[in-house]
Amino acid sequence: MGTNNLTHTAHAVHHAELHAHHEEPGFWRKYVFSTDHKVIGVQYGLTSLLFLLFGFTLMMVMRWQLAYPGEAFPVVKFAAPFAILGLIVMLISGFRLSLGTLIGVLITGLGVLVYVLGKGEERMPDGIMLPEFYNQLGAMHGTIMVFLGVVPLAVGAFGNYVMPLQIGAPDMAFPKLNMASYWVYFCGGVIMLSSFFIPGGSAQSGWTSYAPLSDVTVPGFWGGQTWWLLGMIFLITSSLLGSVNFIVTIMQLRAKGLSFMRFPFFVWAQFVTSFLLLLAFPPLEAAGVLQLMDRVAGTSFFLPSGLVVSGQVWPNSGGGNPLLWQHLFWFLAHPEVYVLILPAMGIVGEIIANNTRKPLWGYKSLVWAVIFLGFMSFIVWAHHMFLTGMGTAISSFFQTTTMIISIPSVIILSCLFISLYGGSLRFNTPMLFALAFLPMFGIGGLTGLPLGLSASDIHLHDTYYVIGHFHYVVAPGTIFALFAGIYYWFPKITGRMMNEKLGKVHFWGSFICMNFIFFPMLIQGLAGVSRRLYDGGQQYAHAQGVLYLNEVMSVAAWVMAIFQLIFVINLFLSLRRGEKAGSNPWEATTLDWTATTSPPLAHGNFATAPEVYHGPYEYSVPGHDKDFIPQNEPMKA
Amino acid sequence: MEIPYTVNARPDSGLFNAKMGVWLFLASEVMLFGALFTTYILLRVGAPEWPHHELNVPLATLNTAVLISSSITMVMAWASLMMKDFKKYKMYMGLTFLAGVGFLIIKGIEYSHHILAGEIPSTNTFYAIYFTMTGLHGVHVIGGMIVNGYFWGPGSKMWKTEPERFTNRIEVAGLYWHFVDLVWIFLFPVFYLL
Repeated sequence: MGTNNLTHTAHAVHHAELHAHHEEPGFWRKYVFSTDHKVIGVQYGLTSLLFLLFGFTLMMVMRWQLAYPGEAFPVVKFAAPFAILGLIVMLISGFRLSLGTLIGVLITGLGVLVYVLGKGEERMPDGIMLPEFYNQLGAMHGTIMVFLGVVPLAVGAFGNYVMPLQIGAPDMAFPKLNMASYWVYFCGGVIMLSSFFIPGGSAQSGWTSYAPLSDVTVPGFWGGQTWWLLGMIFLITSSLLGSVNFIVTIMQLRAKGLSFMRFPFFVWAQFVTSFLLLLAFPPLEAAGVLQLMDRVAGTSFFLPSGLVVSGQVWPNSGGGNPLLWQHLFWFLAHPEVYVLILPAMGIVGEIIANNTRKPLWGYKSLVWAVIFLGFMSFIVWAHHMFLTGMGTAISSFFQTTTMIISIPSVIILSCLFISLYGGSLRFNTPMLFALAFLPMFGIGGLTGLPLGLSASDIHLHDTYYVIGHFHYVVAPGTIFALFAGIYYWFPKITGRMMNEKLGKVHFWGSFICMNFIFFPMLIQGLAGVSRRLYDGGQQYAHAQGVLYLNEVMSVAAWVMAIFQLIFVINLFLSLRRGEKAGSNPWEATTLDWTATTSPPLAHGNFATAPEVYHGPYEYSVPGHDKDFIPQNEPMKA
Repeated sequence: MEIPYTVNARPDSGLFNAKMGVWLFLASEVMLFGALFTTYILLRVGAPEWPHHELNVPLATLNTAVLISSSITMVMAWASLMMKDFKKYKMYMGLTFLAGVGFLIIKGIEYSHHILAGEIPSTNTFYAIYFTMTGLHGVHVIGGMIVNGYFWGPGSKMWKTEPERFTNRIEVAGLYWHFVDLVWIFLFPVFYLL
């Protein structure tokens, strides 16, 4: 631009223009329709945390019905006064951004939520839950937790915020696409939520939406299941846009010198996760389109000939196959399990390396295990279908692949465990959550083995044992890792540390409650209590001995909610009053900490392009004056 | 810092960002249509009888020719830009767009014949999967036409400011258009001939 012919005036004009270009964007462009990966990451984070809270609330309502079947839910009566109390609290604290206002908002929100959900003849007349509403809560709890809570938090929030910083990139490769994927996700969430308020309520065929039940329950466009499908198509589209963006960013935008084997483990986890999302989600999109056709256009993709519903022959042509849905669904949903767990493992790897002040043990094994895990996850899906009568040959195949896929999982867990050996551990809040992840994921993984063997699965299939198993993987497993990540990267995002005392209370409370919620499920399941029972197993003779556990689990869930409130309070308190953090409070080695300020520069992240000289975890290297060597700092010869 | 490799290829991957992006997107599209073709196979082998010769082969053959021609004109449009001939680009891109219109018209004639004869998705699983797959393909054609139409009309202004980037865009749009063509090459024998 700067040619010699430019006059001084032209120069001045040019400078003015340049200045105008760099002017701060307005509120909407900066916080709402931003293309900055950091803002989008925070948007994903806040939205998904709200969805996690909402999904958890649904479960707390269900747990009342399971603990005290058929009794009126007392909270509904108090919901309206409760909401008004929250308003008063807000009024007293003068609607300023303060803790009081926050508590008021939370109380009001909870009150309004319970009031709206609990009122109405279709849901909880006189506070007593109807079976249909119980099914809606169950289906939506699963859907919201997996597709709107955990995955957007693990991939959308952490992947978006941290990954570009760790590879030294100025932004994602396609910033506008990034913004689009957030807003498509947001629309999907709105569709899912609004399905509660249509006649007949939301989807109620489980988060798996097995056909033919899902095809015939409240049929037509105005059935909750149709909205579930539309919502899913939005969420799938969002994932696709996101995963393309992630892969291109990692491949193209990594800093000079950052070869693949120098990636932080978290980047590897996100890289493999993106491939899973990219390739596993489209078959569910296809399945969703087919089920939509079944419900709206009257086709019979998943409806067999001669189907009888409530004593009436179902008026469709027939000729379809209900198993087809299960195959297409699990072709996504099994890789989805690894989408839930891999980013969690990545976060735990980062935090363990940082807080043991040692390199990760077996970094290369970890990387190859993750790649192998990603590949294998595409050929294990039918172990969810042993009881459908696929035939023993196919069952044997999927049983074998399932046993094989447990090997890389064990390698990853072993490497993380061995990394602890001989380290001088720092027990801060992120580290506590990361350490708890290891045994909790261990329990989740090991309880999965009997489900992967087609013989023992006959007894365990569709019991509470399954629920216990996968919740151990996802709740005290993945969600603990996500909490660890929030405590770990909070200083990078806000420039302030989170409160350690509140963090430790949050950790120990959650850790104890989690086990009181999910371990009894394993016991109930072994005793033969089926999942998805409206009354928690009251009418079964073989369930009587373990029924008392229902109350234990429910109380533990409600107590755990109190500890989550402490987390929310900590989040907002630390935002304003937290101790100031420098750019690298944990003395970490990766680029996200060493080459940026806290928070990083609004556009472009780095003042100058960082260059990488060595692997990601050079901690406690002998002969150096400090115990960590940043990736962008050359090692002494 | 600015985002690198928006125009020029990264040396080690040999691709600019958007080209890698579209290849990944097409991989996901393969999985989407792959799942639908699998559905087709499963429904067909599970059916006691499968309808034959229900569809209009001559019209579909014509449509195949139209779509393949449009792939050729798409390549020519890109090649014209590589040779810095914007006028020719306009012509070839226009032809590509018109071929898309032609394809949809012919497909519309076929659809209306079936619908008037009472052969709709709910008739049997053959028509269900036929309408679903060709319909989804049609949606992809429309999507490609929107992109092509944009680059023929308002989007072509970029040629004056950033010719290299514009050429890249046409290449990426072309990759997608060829994929849509390729899906039809599979749909045609599967539904009309086999």
